[in-house]
Amino acid sequence: MAISDGGRSLSGTVGHSAPQLRQQSVAFRLAVSLFVVLSLATGATIFAAYSYGRTAADEAFDEVLAGAAGMIMERVFVVDGETVADVPTSAFDLLSLGGRERVFYRIVLPGGQTLTGYDDLTLPPDREGQTGPFGYSTSLAGVPLRAMIVTKPLAERSVTGNVNVIVAHTRNSRNILAREITTRAVAVIAAAGLAIFVLAIFVLRYAMRPLERVEAAILTRRSSDLSPFAMDAPREVSALVGAINHFMGRLDRRVNSMQAFVADAAHQLRTPITALLAQTDLALNERDTERLKVLHRRIRSRAIGLNRLTNQLLSHALVTHRADSETLTELDLRRVAIEAEREFRLTTERETPAVMLDLEEEPVLVTGDAFSLKEAVKNLLNNAVSHGKPPLRLHAGHTGNGQPDIRVSDCGDGMSAEYEDTIGRRFQRDASKTESAGLGLAIVKEVADFHGASLYTQRQDGMFSIGIRFPKPDGKTA
Amino acid sequence: MNRACRMLAAIIAVTVAATAQAQETVFRAKGSGSGSLVIASVTDLVAIRPLLDGFRERFPDLEVTYRQMQSLELYRAAKDACGSGEPFADIVISSAIAEQVKLVNDGCAAQLTVALPSTHPQWAQWQNSLVGMTFEPAVIVYDREAFPAGDVPQNRFDLVDLLRQTERFEGKVGTYDIERSGVGYMFAFQDEYQASTWGRLLEGLGRNRVKLFPSSSDIIDRVADGRLAIGYNVLGSYAMARQEADPRIGIVFPGDYTIVLSRAAFIPENALNAVAANALIEFSVSPEGQKLLAGSARLFSPGAGPGLLSAYLSERGIAFNAEALRPIAFSPRLLASLDRVKLRIFLEQWNKSVNPDAQ
Repeated sequence: MAISDGGRSLSGTVGHSAPQLRQQSVAFRLAVSLFVVLSLATGATIFAAYSYGRTAADEAFDEVLAGAAGMIMERVFVVDGETVADVPTSAFDLLSLGGRERVFYRIVLPGGQTLTGYDDLTLPPDREGQTGPFGYSTSLAGVPLRAMIVTKPLAERSVTGNVNVIVAHTRNSRNILAREITTRAVAVIAAAGLAIFVLAIFVLRYAMRPLERVEAAILTRRSSDLSPFAMDAPREVSALVGAINHFMGRLDRRVNSMQAFVADAAHQLRTPITALLAQTDLALNERDTERLKVLHRRIRSRAIGLNRLTNQLLSHALVTHRADSETLTELDLRRVAIEAEREFRLTTERETPAVMLDLEEEPVLVTGDAFSLKEAVKNLLNNAVSHGKPPLRLHAGHTGNGQPDIRVSDCGDGMSAEYEDTIGRRFQRDASKTESAGLGLAIVKEVADFHGASLYTQRQDGMFSIGIRFPKPDGKTA
Repeated sequence: MNRACRMLAAIIAVTVAATAQAQETVFRAKGSGSGSLVIASVTDLVAIRPLLDGFRERFPDLEVTYRQMQSLELYRAAKDACGSGEPFADIVISSAIAEQVKLVNDGCAAQLTVALPSTHPQWAQWQNSLVGMTFEPAVIVYDREAFPAGDVPQNRFDLVDLLRQTERFEGKVGTYDIERSGVGYMFAFQDEYQASTWGRLLEGLGRNRVKLFPSSSDIIDRVADGRLAIGYNVLGSYAMARQEADPRIGIVFPGDYTIVLSRAAFIPENALNAVAANALIEFSVSPEGQKLLAGSARLFSPGAGPGLLSAYLSERGIAFNAEALRPIAFSPRLLASLDRVKLRIFLEQWNKSVNPDAQ
């Protein structure tokens, strides 16, 4: 009872419908399977007991039949060339099991004719030359009988051949004994089956208790509490608790980043929108065409910045989401580079300088999320366009020590050293550029982080590069 | 085999000389006559009349037909009816208990629907089909005038000793002709089974040229008029009934053992009125029925029989040892007595002994 109740409330929290629930209750399934298995086993044993009872009864009483037949056979002899049988009365006592059975007998001469007894008592089916006592079932006038035949070879001057004595009796005592044996066996088996079932239910309850504890722990939690559960549980259940904890951890991170994002986004969006509103107010009151144009240009610049900020905010949210939910696959960084370059080209203005792709001959394999990486690379390209000087180069390959590496280089001066220290911090931006949202490198850093890679800057041969360097594949991570 | 069959036929016919045809007596219902009961029996109507009257008193609406037959005739009719499924009688009562057992053994009898009282002994019932109705000891009758010195044989040992006096008893001893009487054969068969005295007794009977008769009445008649001094293995019911009227007849219940025969009744499988037949059986074993059976016919009954018999005999000053009673139990062992080969062997020995001159 308690188990199914537990199952109901457990699934009730999850919110499934009742019949589905029943099917999914482990206790219910186990109980049903146990019941079926035990019933089958009990049924089979009862059938076995019944046939055993019959066999045992037949064996026991066949001895009696054989004894009676032997007694009669002892009194078959040849006198003056004639076979005679002085059937002993005691054989009938034995045969009738003290009067409880109706009895039949027949003495058959070597020639096949009946010396005495019941002519219509049938001989057994072919015995293949066997002459020992042989028990068989037969019937007389529709009454089922158990019969026994004994054979004695006669070797007299006048009579030669086998004389057969057949005795038979009704089956009352056999049926009673068989029923008694079966009934006792059935009683024991049924009791054992029931006891096993009841014990199994108790064991089941005991085994299910950790699950009930988990259920209780979950139910008593406040909805805002997403800290991991600390409880002692058996191995099977601790895996479940671990999974729940893992899930809650993700949930916790998600909630935190969501809150941070909402706070940041609110803050970041409010300023440019206020500025935009102020400039449109100015524009409304401006009569001078020249100043109006200037204001118009500023408004446009603000709008572009706001647009990029919005895009980056969404992109950032998307990347953060994927970091928690996407499964990583093996991919080639060169393909990421090619696709990122193409998408970059399609979405930016016409005057954007061309990007030179610099790809290694060999595949550059990493385990990661292609979408996030593509976003990161696009942000690096945007960054280079905004802050650097053409020509731009997009490189995918390996570093000297074999780490996969993807980077964007330009011919500018790069960023200030002070800025380099805080690279990737959100909303950290060059104050002189109103169009920058300050999110681009933050996205890149986030992507690099969840890939276990690092964001780096480098000056070499008059070029400034920002890139992502992946850990060296250990060959097994694929 | 043919010879054996003829002999079997002969011994089952109790009274060959008597009417071969069944005598049918119909008792009209005293009440509405809503049912009828057909009784087939070998018992003289006179003997069973008190029981029948009592039964009809209890069930006045029944028309009762009493069909008296010879035992062989009755056996054959019952067997034929059993084979063909034709109704023949509602109840079959016979003193040929071996044949009755055989009919039940061969599946010709229905199960009783009434419960027998716990006082009804086990030996007088079989397969919940066959029920013993009477309690009739086999006795020795003697002519009191033939024993002036009072040396009446009290048991078979005495009898064997007495029979050495050939000059006194030659031609004066009578018993059943077991080739013609089923009851006589049954008694002889039990004698052989019961004791080793049987051989010596047979020898003594043969030496004294025993006279053989088909019925108890024939023997008692001759003891009563002095033609016989001793009658061996006579039905006690007849003897007691006759002795009440004729003091010349003496009765001895053999002290070594006294065989007791109980007339057996069963209801055929295809009885038309099994309910009434069950009622008759129930009545016959009831206290009232048992009292009626112990009445003028002195048939007594298996349940109360020994007690009533003992009381009756002590009242009349006849020696009686209840412990010596040996009732013939209804059991398949009686089938052995009907085995045709065994029967032939038994009769051959009998003939050799009682007719020593014939050899």
